[in-house]
Amino acid sequence: MEKTIKKSSLSISANGIEKKTSSKRLEVLKTYKIYIGGQFPRTESGRYYIVRNAAGTQLANVCLSSRKDFRDAVLAARGALSGWSGKAAFNRGQILYRMAEMLEGRKAQFIEELMQQDSTKAKAEKEVNLAIDRLIYYAGWCDKFQQLFSSVNPVATSHFNFSVPEPTGVVSIIAPQADSLLGLVSVIAPVIIGGNTCVVLASELKPLCAVTFAEVINSSDMPGGVINILTGKPGELASWFVDHMDVNATIYCESNSDIQKMMREKSAINVKRIVFYDKVKWNTNEGQSPYFIMDTQEIKTTWHPIENIAGSGAGY
Amino acid sequence: MAKAKSNTLKLNFDTSWSYAPAPENKSAATIKKQYDLFINGDWVKPSGNKYFDTINPANEEKLSEVADANMADVDAAVKAARNAYEKIWKKMPAKERGKYIFRIARMIQEKARELAIIESLDGGKPIRESRDFDVPTAANHFFYYAGWADKLDYAFPNRLSEPLGVAGQIIPWNFPLLMAAWKIAPAIATGNTVVLKPAETTSLTALKLAEIIQESGLPEGVVNIVTGAGATGAAIVNHPDINKIAFTGSTEVGKIIQRAIAGTNKKATLELGGKAANIIFEDAPIDQAVEGVINGIFFNQGHVCCSGSWLYVQESVAKEVIRKLKDRIESLIVGDPLDKNTDIGAINSRQQLETIDKYLNIGKKEGAEMYQSSCSLPGKGFWCRPTLFTNVAQSNRIAQEEIFGPVLAILTFRTDDEVIEKANNSPYGLSAGVWTDKGSKIFNMTRRMRAGVVWANTFNKFDPSSPFGGYKESGFGREGGLHGLLPYLNLIN
Repeated sequence: MEKTIKKSSLSISANGIEKKTSSKRLEVLKTYKIYIGGQFPRTESGRYYIVRNAAGTQLANVCLSSRKDFRDAVLAARGALSGWSGKAAFNRGQILYRMAEMLEGRKAQFIEELMQQDSTKAKAEKEVNLAIDRLIYYAGWCDKFQQLFSSVNPVATSHFNFSVPEPTGVVSIIAPQADSLLGLVSVIAPVIIGGNTCVVLASELKPLCAVTFAEVINSSDMPGGVINILTGKPGELASWFVDHMDVNATIYCESNSDIQKMMREKSAINVKRIVFYDKVKWNTNEGQSPYFIMDTQEIKTTWHPIENIAGSGAGY
Repeated sequence: MAKAKSNTLKLNFDTSWSYAPAPENKSAATIKKQYDLFINGDWVKPSGNKYFDTINPANEEKLSEVADANMADVDAAVKAARNAYEKIWKKMPAKERGKYIFRIARMIQEKARELAIIESLDGGKPIRESRDFDVPTAANHFFYYAGWADKLDYAFPNRLSEPLGVAGQIIPWNFPLLMAAWKIAPAIATGNTVVLKPAETTSLTALKLAEIIQESGLPEGVVNIVTGAGATGAAIVNHPDINKIAFTGSTEVGKIIQRAIAGTNKKATLELGGKAANIIFEDAPIDQAVEGVINGIFFNQGHVCCSGSWLYVQESVAKEVIRKLKDRIESLIVGDPLDKNTDIGAINSRQQLETIDKYLNIGKKEGAEMYQSSCSLPGKGFWCRPTLFTNVAQSNRIAQEEIFGPVLAILTFRTDDEVIEKANNSPYGLSAGVWTDKGSKIFNMTRRMRAGVVWANTFNKFDPSSPFGGYKESGFGREGGLHGLLPYLNLIN
């Protein structure tokens, strides 16, 4: 029955099914565009692909992003990096919390889109709730994970020495295909809360939530360029995601071994960090941990001499 | 030299600064005529029966000959390591594992003098450095990681850990014994077993370490040491039964390794090329900064991946700093690595000397001005005078590429933002240095410099408890400290 639901039925009744009975008013269709540098352009290539549900009903024409779109997005991400990583961790946490608030407020729309893309109502609700909670979870980590993974190192010489995590830089992400909202949120959040910026390729077959999620991002005080979202085909774009000299790390969430091998080979071009999340169950607690944050962090160690007070004869 | 044209006083080192020779005694070290491979706790002849000479770069005399391991030998070493891992090491209580490693640390300390002499003979570094830095730090690394063996449950919040299996480790020629310690100590403390290949020009101290390991009673096969050149390294990288590759060396080879292990489940730690920006602000204590810069670039003849080879001096003090640097390099003692007064020893190999000379020519051709110490050089062996380049442009190759020798490129800047931009404009990100008396400026700079190790008002300091490793094309993973454990472990929920 749910397959009869059409897009734009913005309110969902208690039993989850609301049929459009009268059509006095022509509904307004949404144009699904990509999200680069805080703007919603169409792909520069002018290409599109048709997204259908399992029954074959056409849901939308979606941008088929190109290599050039990716490069534009990397440029935006690089440009946003110093501002974003320079923000106070506390402030980043607030912005992430704001994203969760915005997502909560638009829950119905996301549930509906997930259902259009063949989810059941119960599953869709669960996925959206989990996605919101996951944002809250990572919002809370923003100013804490550093304390967990830093160290003051007791060196044997007369130096003060400490190690802290810092963002790797620009991260390209090919989001999970299956959990089109939860997976997307689960891979973006740990990357950006650590001060990185990213370019994400949304689920190819279920891209609707990703584009709508860009609208959530865009109304959350998130600076443009921190998160850039493209729609398109991993088969076409994966190699560019890992080939770009100005990308510092790439995350890939599928188990396609050919693509994994290709990524590892190409990553050598600039000693890119490669992370595979092909076995993570995003809809469980296994899908969240501060160790995901650390996958796109570098450890910086700083040294400074300590004046040798004891050597000069002074004491307590 | 030192004929001052200006009114500035300059020191004249020509007359009163000669030192009597103070050579360390070679006979305190035993070097065998020939070394076999250390596999499964025993000395094994290479199956191809091939050996290569290892020479003293300070006089080009042969020291010994070392086995050339082929694929079959590497396979035997991996099998021994796998066997030791499955049957002994993995099952051994962690605190017992730790005690073996403590024992190795102690034995390195006992044989410190001998190891230092061999290090200087085989690699060309001044005995002062091998005696006071390389060997004690190597022992300390074993001591540090020994203690971690039975405390890993505390290292990772909310996670337990398990070893990876067999680690293949390939190390460079600039700190032969120390790099072996950096690789072996954390690997076996975390429960892995090891196949290690030292660099072909500097195998002797690793082989001496193998003797120590044998003497320590470490179970057979836990550490295997195979000598050879690039082909031996490739055999390790490509061996299907290795779980982890740890490599220290050039970015070029690191990239080859990254490609080679694509499509496998091998984990990797790469500690690759570096070269750092060393920044002097006008408010820095200039004399200390000059000393730091000298140590930053001439330590170990500049054969240091994190050496401070690009000096950025604020314009207002550039003249003074350059004058003092020129004075200071004039007083550096270049010569016999075994002499306790020597500051700069021999270049590690003819090949490396040729690379350095190539870059000296490139620097001159690109329009930089070269200044060298007027010191005399020994007739035999591989030597390079301490060298400065001034009038260097950001785009010059000597300001972009790794020379890996006693060559300093000096550039100038005016503002903080400008120097950050310049210092970060490099594919590398291993280390960086800053000299200023202002605390808030230190933290501004150390935060903004994209490098894994940042020295403020100091340079080239290392410690077993201090994580070391790079950003960007300088590699990934850390060695040393708490953060040096994870590269050898899987975390389990």
